Amino acid sequence: MPDDVPTGAPLVETGVPLLEARGLVKHYRSGGLPLGGRRRATVKAVDGVDLTLRRGSTLGLVGESGCGKSTLTRLLMALDRPTSGTVLVEGRDLLALPSAELRRRRRDIQLVMQDPYTSLDPRMTALEIVREPLDIHRDLMPKKERASWAHELLHMVGLDPGHAHRHPHQFSGGQRQRLGIARALALRPKILVCDEPVSALDVSVQAQVINLFKELQREFGLSYVFIAHDLAVVRHVADEVAVMYLGRIVEHGDRDTVYSRPAHPYTRALLSAVPDPDPRGRGATGRIVLQGDPPSPTRPPTGCAFHTRCWKSEEICVDQQPVPTPESAVGRRQVSCHFPEN
Amino acid sequence: MTDAALSPEKLGAQGTSTEASYQAPQGTWHELRRRPVFLLTGGCALLLLLLAAAPGLFAGWFGHGDPTVCELGHSAEGPAPGHPFGYDVQGCDLYANVIHGAGASLGVGLLATGLGLAVALVLGCLAGMAGRIVDSVIARITDVFLGFPFLLGAIVVLNSFTTRDVPTVAGVLALFGWPTMTRVVRASVRSVREADYVVMARSLGASQWFIVRRHVLPNALTPVLVLATITVGGVIVAEAALTFLGVGLQPPSISWGLQLAGAQNSFQTHPHLLIFPGLFLSFTVFVLITFGDTVRDALDPRGR
Amino acid sequence: MDHTTNHTTAKAPLNDPLDAPLLDVQDLTVDVLSRSGAAQRVVHGVSFTLHEEETLALIGESGSGKSISAMAVMGLLPATTARVGGSARHRGTDLLTLPEDQFRALRGRRIAMVFQDALSALNPTLTVGFQIAETIRAHEGVGRREARARAVELMARVRIPDPALRYRDHPHQFSGGMRQRIMIAMAVALSPDVLIADEPTTALDVTVQAQIMELLAELREETGSALLLITHDLGLAAGTADRVAIMYAGRILEQAPVQELYDRPAHPYTRGLLAAVPRLAGDTDDLTPIPGTPPGPGLLPAGCAFHPRCPDVGERCATQEPMLLPALPDPPARLVACHYPLEVSGAR
Repeated sequence: MPDDVPTGAPLVETGVPLLEARGLVKHYRSGGLPLGGRRRATVKAVDGVDLTLRRGSTLGLVGESGCGKSTLTRLLMALDRPTSGTVLVEGRDLLALPSAELRRRRRDIQLVMQDPYTSLDPRMTALEIVREPLDIHRDLMPKKERASWAHELLHMVGLDPGHAHRHPHQFSGGQRQRLGIARALALRPKILVCDEPVSALDVSVQAQVINLFKELQREFGLSYVFIAHDLAVVRHVADEVAVMYLGRIVEHGDRDTVYSRPAHPYTRALLSAVPDPDPRGRGATGRIVLQGDPPSPTRPPTGCAFHTRCWKSEEICVDQQPVPTPESAVGRRQVSCHFPEN
Repeated sequence: MTDAALSPEKLGAQGTSTEASYQAPQGTWHELRRRPVFLLTGGCALLLLLLAAAPGLFAGWFGHGDPTVCELGHSAEGPAPGHPFGYDVQGCDLYANVIHGAGASLGVGLLATGLGLAVALVLGCLAGMAGRIVDSVIARITDVFLGFPFLLGAIVVLNSFTTRDVPTVAGVLALFGWPTMTRVVRASVRSVREADYVVMARSLGASQWFIVRRHVLPNALTPVLVLATITVGGVIVAEAALTFLGVGLQPPSISWGLQLAGAQNSFQTHPHLLIFPGLFLSFTVFVLITFGDTVRDALDPRGR
Repeated sequence: MDHTTNHTTAKAPLNDPLDAPLLDVQDLTVDVLSRSGAAQRVVHGVSFTLHEEETLALIGESGSGKSISAMAVMGLLPATTARVGGSARHRGTDLLTLPEDQFRALRGRRIAMVFQDALSALNPTLTVGFQIAETIRAHEGVGRREARARAVELMARVRIPDPALRYRDHPHQFSGGMRQRIMIAMAVALSPDVLIADEPTTALDVTVQAQIMELLAELREETGSALLLITHDLGLAAGTADRVAIMYAGRILEQAPVQELYDRPAHPYTRGLLAAVPRLAGDTDDLTPIPGTPPGPGLLPAGCAFHPRCPDVGERCATQEPMLLPALPDPPARLVACHYPLEVSGAR
């Protein structure tokens, strides 16, 4: 995509964004007892994240295990209180609301979890699971209408409403994930936060669920935060991509820019490591295999967190934490690197 | 982009053709029904309950069936026609007495376990769901009670009562029986609390009470119910032991413990006084514990 | 690689005729026994041949029987819960009928396995160095000191930094990637000629996965062993394998050299998989999924196991199970089990 033709909306939306994270930080204390002798370590799970979700779009959040994706999910869902920073849903900080009001406002932002086996109560039937949100928010719909809406939801996600009285264990993995999506849609939310929603599924079924997400978005104008470790999956659903490494976003831009011309060395390595389902790509030059493991978030490296594995690392990377470049400097994206690619 | 409408035919293609071919894992009940041990012990447990609830149905099978009609002239005589278990020291029909004894034994067992279970559910849920301070306080109290030797504690407390009927003995046994169950409830509440579907419910905006009622209690109940079944057996043994030692039930209650206590001076000369109540007691305890174990095995996926 | 002719390599065979293939699995069946004694067939007559120094990928979704087939070949299925039929010949010796003590001697020395979950495959109470050294000592009867030296050398070979120091560490002190390296070190400790890797990188992050696959390829090159890669990942197989076998519902549906299979899939299931996999290149329109769900082992459809989900289903498919037969355009290298294989003459 040529740089000079702005094809989409800017990364920073004018007006009140649908979902916004500002300077989000979450530190955990781990190990040791309150009065024990062992020193307690601080885990910097999320360490300064700024995000904006535009209406009707999908923000893909990519990173490896331990990068803080799950913590960020919990923060965005207002399930945990951040150490500092705020999450704003339509300009409103949910955690600042009184608890009854917070519970009411949760209906705008819903969660789809990774594991379709543990996210459904084994004792409930499909109908009860999908109806649960309405049983919690009883003011939305009279009792009589809830069952018929639940049936409609089952139909909408491609499940047979005739199976409404089955229990989760009687469904396959893909069908369970559809159930989870139906439940998330029950309150007609504006935002779905999807935490690795297809990574537990087999390829043939995964494609069904990815398409379902896309169709639901077209139908209802939903906005997604789509968290995944699989870059190929994210490429098929996201409009914008943010790459996380050790609690920070190292690169954030629109999909085509990030995938075709990654600027951060980590993004390049990540893309290069995805196995290509085409034997022709074998032995292609320029394949980057990173050495070592991601460092522990209890003892993050100084400066740029990636410098321990980076082939471009210089002295400045060890000393100074890079600040995100302004959006225009390297195409339509922000990158936190002292030596970004172009 | 032309096909904006959600077409269930396309999305739900899996809803039709192969849905039926997906095999559902079998449920616990299905698994249990195929176990002969479960059916056998379950049947025996039901029979024992019937025996305890309506001893009259069984007591009159051989003779008059009234445990209080006694002829001192037959004192401690062995089995005779119409009196298959013989007579006790008072000359009462031992068969009728043993049948009627089931009521007290099972009564104490069920009542004590029920009381303990109720306390355990309340405290366990509280400890599991509330904050760390409540949890620690409940945990320490539980530890203190667990620290008492069960029987010794019961002996001391029971000694301070002058009349000891089924409710008092059950109450005292419950006092020392709830801690173990509380621990089990707390542990399962905590594991359910961390479950994804509870996080889900929280993110949906569910209140704490809704979560407890809808998710936590139903899922935490099963393991403690299994433990309770096994506990009933243990409580029955404890009741018999306490009564045997003279600090449990008192006449005019009829219980296996009392019958064993009455037999202690003469069982060498009249062994039937010990054998018949003893057999019933052992059988009851065996049935309950085996029943509980079978259910636990079926519920525990690691056991499969 | 030309796999249609048998290789004669520098490595001398143990005791069998030169032309016996390295690993020849024929008509392998596995029945899983439930507690009540009912048998359920999960592998329905799987046949494949692994030649010297080649990499064969067994690709399948969960429940396709790929892992259990590998476990059966390794003789790792407990006799109380599984019954194995057919044959698995290693240079002519049928492993499945071999007495347990002889099989044990062969396992590790001639055939070794790398498991998916290294944390549970390693003993948490013993140091990793000791576990590697034990493997060597058990099979070769060398002294403690020599075994130790060789274990350190192996750890260095799988690129564990400071091997002499880390020899004394326990499994939980290593990262997932490092643990998988230790598993690989144990597997190659006795230079086996067949290495079976069962989803070796599924639990790992993508950058670490790349490291492990690179290591496996290097070691395979160095030692000249053959690799049987069990995976669900079409990308992983494309990057590693010489030949690929696609499994579904306990059967092999298609088998072909890697390039041919990815370029011109002949079985509708293979084509469906390739269309359903998200890619980093090409358009980002909706993917083309395969409708439906893989069947559970209990309720297999009659005829071809794939026919309820197949877009090209014909009249014979519901009644008659297709055999795995050589098929156009490249017999005998390509085998397909389909009554109506796709027209593969034209390019994709």
